[in-house]
Amino acid sequence: MSDVIREAHGLNEGEFLEPRDKWFEQNETLQKLRKNKKFPTIWCPGCGIGVVMGALIRAIDHLGLKNDNVALVAGIGCTARMPVYMDYNTLHTTHGRALAFATGLKIARPDMKIIAIMGDGDALAIGGNHFIHAARRNLGITALVVNNAIYGMTGGQYSPTTPLGGKATTAPYGNIEPPFPVCELAIAAGATYVARSTVFHALELDKFLTEAISKDGFSLVEAVSYCHTTYGRLNKLGTAADMMRALKDNSISKSAFDKLPEEEKIANTRIVRGMLHQNDSRCEYTSRYAQILAQVQNLDVAEARRAGGI
Amino acid sequence: MTVKLMQGNEAIALGAIAAGCRFCAGYPITPSTEVAEVLSRELPRVGGMFIQMEDEIASMAAIIGARVGGLKSITATSGPGFSLMQENIGYAAMTEIPCVIVDVQRLGPSTGQPTSASQGDVMQARWGTHGDHPIIALSPVSVRNAFDLTVRAFDISEKFRTPVILLTDEVIGHMREPIELPDFKSVKTAGQVVLENPEDYKAFRNTASGVPPLAVFGTGYRYHITGMFHDEVGFPTQRLDEIDPWLERVNSKLEKHLDEITLFEEDYQKGAKIAILSYGASARTARHAVKQARAQGRKVNLLTLFTIWPFPEKQVEALGYCVDRIIVPEMNLGQLAFEVERIAGRKKVRHVGLANGEMVTPQMVLEKMEG
Repeated sequence: MSDVIREAHGLNEGEFLEPRDKWFEQNETLQKLRKNKKFPTIWCPGCGIGVVMGALIRAIDHLGLKNDNVALVAGIGCTARMPVYMDYNTLHTTHGRALAFATGLKIARPDMKIIAIMGDGDALAIGGNHFIHAARRNLGITALVVNNAIYGMTGGQYSPTTPLGGKATTAPYGNIEPPFPVCELAIAAGATYVARSTVFHALELDKFLTEAISKDGFSLVEAVSYCHTTYGRLNKLGTAADMMRALKDNSISKSAFDKLPEEEKIANTRIVRGMLHQNDSRCEYTSRYAQILAQVQNLDVAEARRAGGI
Repeated sequence: MTVKLMQGNEAIALGAIAAGCRFCAGYPITPSTEVAEVLSRELPRVGGMFIQMEDEIASMAAIIGARVGGLKSITATSGPGFSLMQENIGYAAMTEIPCVIVDVQRLGPSTGQPTSASQGDVMQARWGTHGDHPIIALSPVSVRNAFDLTVRAFDISEKFRTPVILLTDEVIGHMREPIELPDFKSVKTAGQVVLENPEDYKAFRNTASGVPPLAVFGTGYRYHITGMFHDEVGFPTQRLDEIDPWLERVNSKLEKHLDEITLFEEDYQKGAKIAILSYGASARTARHAVKQARAQGRKVNLLTLFTIWPFPEKQVEALGYCVDRIIVPEMNLGQLAFEVERIAGRKKVRHVGLANGEMVTPQMVLEKMEG
């Protein structure tokens, strides 16, 4: 809760508006938040990451998963703070290493749904190597990359997804490095489900996350967001609401994109939203390992998995 | 029991299996690769798994992740890989996740000489991460000792919720000796038992032993683990009244149990005024030198350290009281000798070191006894 609201209601720090308990009781999404966690979140007012958190909770709910059976693994950065607020098994690791930690966890607990939550710098700069190899192995992990095109927590340095020419605190004359296309990178590396949407299209994020988490193999959802307090300020892009609106205006659904003439497709600079890739033919890593365990121990696959587990 | 001829690295891999380790993540590096090779072959036979990660940073991360999911885990590497692992060794120390890291030391710095031996990572094992935290490092002197200390590493890692480093070297790792292995079923190591209900569970609370039990993800205990300073429940904190108790508990938890952690062997003679203190492959040089000196009628004490971190201050202090000179042979330019000097005083300590990949010879040790 911001100080402004607190002041307006005459509340001390740590106190909340009266109806808050009622929200918790009535709102299914809020029920999945940790009640013993000291809110508010660390995110700036107007940030898009909260939208992604809501979408993730709803997606897990749609699938009817038990909280005990879900693990969220995150690296470092604004986005990576998401798991601490959520009532699942949560592992906040080191910068860039979320997928490497998740790899060990998935191998130990192949029965669990594991979601690695990363920002663009976390997933693609310091964690780029882990990202492509987790996709190549087809480990049963859902990678959720919130792409706000900047390092927010450290104050606005350029990231591997900062647009060409964009200003950042470490690119005061404009960024001269071309950005990574996150989804295309994952597809090339072998991911079996890849989708992209934006924080403006929250319900679409719900849908893609639901599909991604339901998959056995490595899935990726890129949630395009924005950082109005650093990138927005440096590049004069307006308020959070302005940047949110820009996501609506500057994106196109995949079905509309597919109907464009070839020249327009090539010239397209808008964000293409949609399920971009799906390949159900590749065997998931831990399932394949279970076959090896069965073969080596002369057991059937189910027995081997049980014997190997805890 | 049957006698088998095997390498130190092989004994480490088998020791891990005997200790109940069921996961290894590794990256190829000389002279440790045999540990990964043997575990990739042997783990599936007991229902365990091996994965070759994209680098040592990821290997270290994966074994922590697997232990969070309930599997006792190990990784093995050498100098350059050990440097890369420091980031997540610090994470394991901060989050108190048990795991075993094998460092088969080779000549450094940098790529150095991959097939030459060294004991150059003694200080890196202690101070390689940033920040203050305790760490345990064990150093075997023979192939059988490598097996036993690997088992012991898992045991104390679980008992005290801490990463344990098995700091061996190229000599022990690649040396072949005939050894008898115990029946693996007779090997017992500690595990974590959580007695609280999930709603009362606090993964980082203080207990009488200073070691709160660690719950496994997916078993009904939903909690938060973070590499940031955290409160008893695991949530990040900046409050001094939550940071200080953590520092106090974690930095004292090994000290409370030093008797269980400190492994050493004293071979003392009444009236000896000279002592040799060594560890790892250099302990073999030390033994040989002691044998020769005694054959010449000299009285010499021999202290072999199997636990080098936490440094066995009590034992070294006691040795310092009864002798005039402590000779410390090691394959570096004076890393553990620093610690011996700190405890016994500079004047008493004579370091014999080589950092060129060669072993210190018994002759070099004997020369330090003169004058």
